[in-house]
Amino acid sequence: MSIGHTLLGLLETGPRHGYDLKRAFDDRFGHDRPLHYGQVYSTMSRLLKNGLVEVDSVESGDGPERKRYAVTDAGVTDVREWLEKPEKPEPYLQSTLYTKVVIALLTGRDAAVLLDTQRAEHLRWMRDLTERKRRGDLADQLICDHALFHLDADIRWLELTAARLGRLAEEVRK
Amino acid sequence: MTGEEPLLTAVGLHKAYGPTAALGGADFSIRHGEIVAVMGPSGSGKSTLLHCLAGIVVPDSGSVTYRGTELTGLPDARRSELRRTDFGFVFQFGRLVPELTCLENVALPLRLGGARRKEAEAAAGEWLERLEVAGVARKRPGEISGGQGQRVAVARALVTSPRVVFADEPTGALDSLNGERVMELLTDAARFTDAAVVLVTHETRVAAYSDREVVVRDGAARDMATIR
Repeated sequence: MSIGHTLLGLLETGPRHGYDLKRAFDDRFGHDRPLHYGQVYSTMSRLLKNGLVEVDSVESGDGPERKRYAVTDAGVTDVREWLEKPEKPEPYLQSTLYTKVVIALLTGRDAAVLLDTQRAEHLRWMRDLTERKRRGDLADQLICDHALFHLDADIRWLELTAARLGRLAEEVRK
Repeated sequence: MTGEEPLLTAVGLHKAYGPTAALGGADFSIRHGEIVAVMGPSGSGKSTLLHCLAGIVVPDSGSVTYRGTELTGLPDARRSELRRTDFGFVFQFGRLVPELTCLENVALPLRLGGARRKEAEAAAGEWLERLEVAGVARKRPGEISGGQGQRVAVARALVTSPRVVFADEPTGALDSLNGERVMELLTDAARFTDAAVVLVTHETRVAAYSDREVVVRDGAARDMATIR
């Protein structure tokens, strides 16, 4: 995920302090991986340097100074361009699972067991996500669905590979 | 999983239709209140396994034991009675009776069991409400959507408080959103009544609503919980 663009997008809804930005990010996108403060401040320094944000105001109290950031016109343009540009689909052509299957076949191990074990692990994850989805709000449901559809695709691949294991074994042992 | 005795167990089931073997030594067991997904490729024997477990089909060999009673040895009439009193069924296409209203469809299993119309329809009404389709009570199956029909079918399956619900591709004819809601309602309702569910599906996303998965390949069932 592009943290810079996401923070810029959040700033486009109004100026915020670094801490508020982190909190807004974590609330919406940081379910499993909240941002570190260090990440927020290093990202903001980069955005400042590139003229995509500016310091809107500085509050000085007992502690360190608190900067409030605002997005610049260049920053708004950057967010727009980021949203307009489609993401490159990940083709997963370097699959660890495929590599493991081939190595299992080459070394005379039981690739079918490997596929079944992986399938069981995938389904365990899918159960956890399904449960989380049932308990969660709409944001949770959408995040979990995205992961569930990818795991589902993996499982279809595991099933197809299991069905073609005999042919694959002949090919890799040639 | 508890150490409790299984509610329904099958051992070494064989079943052939003419020269085609549908089951070749399948084992299966389910505990009280458990939801087990039966998965496998088309033609692997999933539905035959479900039919044998439910006493709809008698296997060529092997045993099916439900609460200590061997089903395969029971006369047809006794097995039919058991299906009416202890089992509930949800199929891919609701299989509702087209001439009856949805309320009458849901009340039907109770009526067949001897309940009076008023009580049966009151219970049916509660189940339609629980399944979020109280609004279709007076409509006939031909007047409602597929998603609503499946909810009515789930209500009908659960109205007798069965110990086991057999669901054969219950979301197979529904879009993702409707399928998901039907699965949520079906599993919630089963947990509410403490019914076990045998869920036949080829969709992993549907199987993810289960507690455990059994995969049928070439007529043999394998419990994926034992794979580590």
